[in-house]
Amino acid sequence: MTPLPLTGRVETRGLSAISTRTLLRLANPEAPPKSVYDAALLRTPNDYSVALSAGYGQAVSVMNPSDVVGTFDRVALFGPKFRWLGNGDLLAIEPALGRYRVLWRTASRHNAFLVTDRCDHLCLMCSQPPKDVDDSWIIDEIGDCLSLLPAHTQTVGFTGGEPFLDWQRFIPLVDKAQQMLPSASAHVLTNGRAFSRAEVVTAWSALDRSRASVGIPIYSAVDAIHNHIVQSQNALDETVLGILRLKDRGNRVEVRIVLHQLTVPRLVETCAWLARNLPFLDHVALMGMEDTGFALANHNVLWADPVDYAQTLASAVAILAGTRIRLSVYNLPLCVLPDSVRPFAVQSISDWKNAHHDLCAPCDERGQCAGFFTSGKTKLSRGLSPIVRSGAGS
Amino acid sequence: MSRFLAPGIFHPGPSSHMQLLPLRFERLGADRIVAANLVGDMLLLSDEELRRLVALDIHPGDGIYERACEKLLVCRSDDRAWLQVLAMRLRSRMAYLAFPTALHIFVVTLRCEHSCPYCQVSRRSMDTEAFDMTEGYAMAALDIALSAPPSTIKIEFQGGEPLLNFGLIQSIVEAAENKAVRRDKKIEFVIATNLALLTDEILFYCRDHCISISTSLDGPADLHNRNRPRPGGNSHLLAVSGIERARAVLGHDHVSALMTTTEASLDRPEEIIDEYIRQDLGGIFLRPLSPYGFAVKTRWFDKYSTSRWLAFYERGLRHILKLNRQGHFFPEFYASLLLKRMLTDEPSGYVDLRSPAGIGLGALVYNYDGRVFASDEGRMLAEMGDDAFELGHLRDTDYASLVTSDRLVDLVGGTLSQCAPECSSCAYEPHCGADPVYHHATQGDPVGIKPLSGFCARQKGILGLLLTILDAGGEDARVLQRWATA
Repeated sequence: MTPLPLTGRVETRGLSAISTRTLLRLANPEAPPKSVYDAALLRTPNDYSVALSAGYGQAVSVMNPSDVVGTFDRVALFGPKFRWLGNGDLLAIEPALGRYRVLWRTASRHNAFLVTDRCDHLCLMCSQPPKDVDDSWIIDEIGDCLSLLPAHTQTVGFTGGEPFLDWQRFIPLVDKAQQMLPSASAHVLTNGRAFSRAEVVTAWSALDRSRASVGIPIYSAVDAIHNHIVQSQNALDETVLGILRLKDRGNRVEVRIVLHQLTVPRLVETCAWLARNLPFLDHVALMGMEDTGFALANHNVLWADPVDYAQTLASAVAILAGTRIRLSVYNLPLCVLPDSVRPFAVQSISDWKNAHHDLCAPCDERGQCAGFFTSGKTKLSRGLSPIVRSGAGS
Repeated sequence: MSRFLAPGIFHPGPSSHMQLLPLRFERLGADRIVAANLVGDMLLLSDEELRRLVALDIHPGDGIYERACEKLLVCRSDDRAWLQVLAMRLRSRMAYLAFPTALHIFVVTLRCEHSCPYCQVSRRSMDTEAFDMTEGYAMAALDIALSAPPSTIKIEFQGGEPLLNFGLIQSIVEAAENKAVRRDKKIEFVIATNLALLTDEILFYCRDHCISISTSLDGPADLHNRNRPRPGGNSHLLAVSGIERARAVLGHDHVSALMTTTEASLDRPEEIIDEYIRQDLGGIFLRPLSPYGFAVKTRWFDKYSTSRWLAFYERGLRHILKLNRQGHFFPEFYASLLLKRMLTDEPSGYVDLRSPAGIGLGALVYNYDGRVFASDEGRMLAEMGDDAFELGHLRDTDYASLVTSDRLVDLVGGTLSQCAPECSSCAYEPHCGADPVYHHATQGDPVGIKPLSGFCARQKGILGLLLTILDAGGEDARVLQRWATA
């Protein structure tokens, strides 16, 4: 299985007349458009006339090019490989470049907006390598998206880059998400350093704190190790100070540890340190490394096979399981985890990561398994083997 | 790869770029030193490792640097987070200070039908009612107890043998229940009794008023009866059958027992512990004799040294660990208490092991004669003619006057382990406390000279023992860790 192509090239007609970037919400051609952003999602040749009579002026096609009949003034022509697009999904089209980005998928429980490509860290295993560009327009685009999301939306993720680099514009954006989506919780992936400044914590704490959380990576309690991994001086000190300030004001904080050659050797000590010094954390996530982006470039210094650190992981899990901190293990297939770790393993945060290998076919645990990343040239654990329950099949 | 900086770029560089966080250390054995941070996270080091740590001659990759960072013993000189973390943890550990005086001890009588030679309260014989608390004093004491700040308080009935004045206990319980409702307080009741005078009526009353029972059990019958003589020589039988009857009526968890170590106990820790297992008690508190009352007069207190007691304690603890390895969950309660402090930052309100001392701020004692004392041991001293810990009299005092009295402020403020000689530089200080009554009783000074103190020797002995077992790892260490979180 290959991951969904959430960005790429697409042929468009007429869209460039409007602006350099066009935001589209896919809609059922039978129902009249509710917003100027709505574009009819055309699945069959018949949908053309249906959409036209419903009043649509723009459309997105996922038909075979040979089936395309009739025309719209403004249309993006995706092929049948994009039939996974659904009503309510949000697309951004850059017609001049012929590029598209899928910003929101209604079918996914794990939608996250990329707030910026800029970052003040340069993590050795970054799966989303930062770019030093002015992309401040993205926050405006997300603001437009928020008004187009279903009112019952449960979670809205924000990621980067470092979303809090422009905190004075980003925090009001999260506020808007909370206002527009009364059932939604906001979850932000951040390095947490902005919260070492009191004014940022004050602004963040003014949100509905029960519906806002931040996920912050801490890779070691040893500054030299953490700062090397994130490639930034003073990082650990500012991140820990930020967490203290956040918790002092009753905010929800998750700590994330990515497991690789530089974090695993002291993982047990790191977790013991978390348990003693930050026992008020809401959640700790121990995460398999996504073998993509910089992780590929730094493969030799980072890659660790989960079967080789299984016992270390079990010891670390035992320490955190004895605390009041909620604990999860992400992104690792069940078959490489010791039995004591498996209850903490949860399915990965992005549905396009939940892929399986051919050798998983006979496995009885596929439905519960986090699978492994497929977004890169993933190196697979040599410990992969189907879990077959004895006596099953009766 | 030039885009990424090498690990060495992130090393702290010269030692001038680093600083020591507040730390203390203590020798544990040959070439073995325990270093502890401000809140008592401990790291075992060799002599050479300590020398390098203190000189900041440590570097990423050498193992000491990593362990010292993780234990909050060192940081960069411009770091800001770590002192904040330590301050926050210190605040958590001392959070009990926000809820002062949760324990209120009523000495409803000094009379007792036992005649234990080690009696630390100097009991009086049965015939004279002059040693019973009056109803008037009881009600005055109750008002003081209910005006203490905590929303939940514990009232403990002590003696002598409190069941000899059970009528007064009933008056206090019923008045307390009435007043508690009006003041929106929760009250827990405990009677400390030898159970010899237990009747079904008393038990049913305890059941109806949610009163727990705490009793004495010193070990197997011959040892217990030798320690605790009474007419008939049947103290053990009455205690054991009393425990069983009380459990049947009150429920298993509402009955507990305490042991006291005498010279005759020293060779028999296993038998004493096995007796507690046999009686299905959920753990044991291995307690030394205290230097008060008849225990001093009869010289029983002097009959064994601290080192002999520590040998007894270690033998007992090893036996208990063996039982735990075999599957019993059976803690030694004093070890549990210390382990909770070593391995967590839960506030520990145990009144005998606090700094500021728990006298007055942790407990108040209302004596049968109307005098109010800062601790149970304080009233024991008073029976020996030393009223150093008397804070006032029930006829003319109130809660605020007692806890802000010059005498209490002087005693508490003058004995803080955080700044007392020897204590302030002790690695175990975060897990210890001030015991002004013990040091006043043994050295005539509430601070005391710690190298001469049995209290100090016991603390260091037990803490060092627990640390050694934890450091050795394995099943025993896991047992101790379970006690800390139970």
